[in-house]
Amino acid sequence: MDLVTVIFWIIAVILVGAALLVVTQRNIVHSALSLVIVFAMAAGIYLLLNAEFIAIVQILIYAGAVTILILFALMLTRTSNIQLNSNPNNKQWWLAVIVSAFVGAIIVYAAAVSPHAVAAVSDGSGQLPAGISNVVRIGQLLYSPTTYSYVLPFEIASLVLLVAIVGAIVIGRED
Amino acid sequence: MGLSLNHFLVLGAVLFCIGLYGALAKRNAVAVLMGIEIMLNAVNITMVGFSFYNRVPTYATYLTGQIFAIFIITVAAAEAAVALAMIIAIYRKRSTVDVGEIDIMKW
Repeated sequence: MDLVTVIFWIIAVILVGAALLVVTQRNIVHSALSLVIVFAMAAGIYLLLNAEFIAIVQILIYAGAVTILILFALMLTRTSNIQLNSNPNNKQWWLAVIVSAFVGAIIVYAAAVSPHAVAAVSDGSGQLPAGISNVVRIGQLLYSPTTYSYVLPFEIASLVLLVAIVGAIVIGRED
Repeated sequence: MGLSLNHFLVLGAVLFCIGLYGALAKRNAVAVLMGIEIMLNAVNITMVGFSFYNRVPTYATYLTGQIFAIFIITVAAAEAAVALAMIIAIYRKRSTVDVGEIDIMKW
């Protein structure tokens, strides 16, 4: 096994273990803290896949903003100590186990039998023009108005964010 | 043996299932939201994996999977903000975040 494979397995094991901690722990604050590990390890996976920009964005938005948002929501909806000791799962949790195992089996089966249009093994070459880094390439693809780019989806995404900001303020306002 | 695309697909599938279980089985609405965030991350890993293993000439340089992952992150952040505002609003009205007790729209 080469170094990349070893690093992948280390990150994957920590990632799945932390995700299991998120869904199994009784104390929900501990779940939220395990979620930070999940997001950070996902950033490691992105680095393995030559996606530096997404790795940085993952750390900034998920490990930074979303986790803080979740912790604030937990702080504001703290009912009492009774909730700490009560069962965190609902009555149909065994049904959820069956459904998620079924969905997972289907996904793995589909990934195994379907012919891939992309290469099975890659060193990441042939993706970027010579002398252009991942961040520069994504900047060109998102902003460039003259060549092939995603300017219109980018502008629509900014509108979505604006609506989400106004909506969150209107919904969460005290009156 | 080196890494192949199937490593990342199976990792994404396992993570998606864990998130699905969390979203379906939890009573606290914030825990449900955490499960959804894990599911979105699993999809992002799959997207970036496809982007890395895409060797089709010209199209591989468009990095479609990575751009898709960026938009998923954008929408997920907006979704988290709105969902948490809703949870706080519901908590203020009904003093509970148990999704089993929030049944006012049940017929």
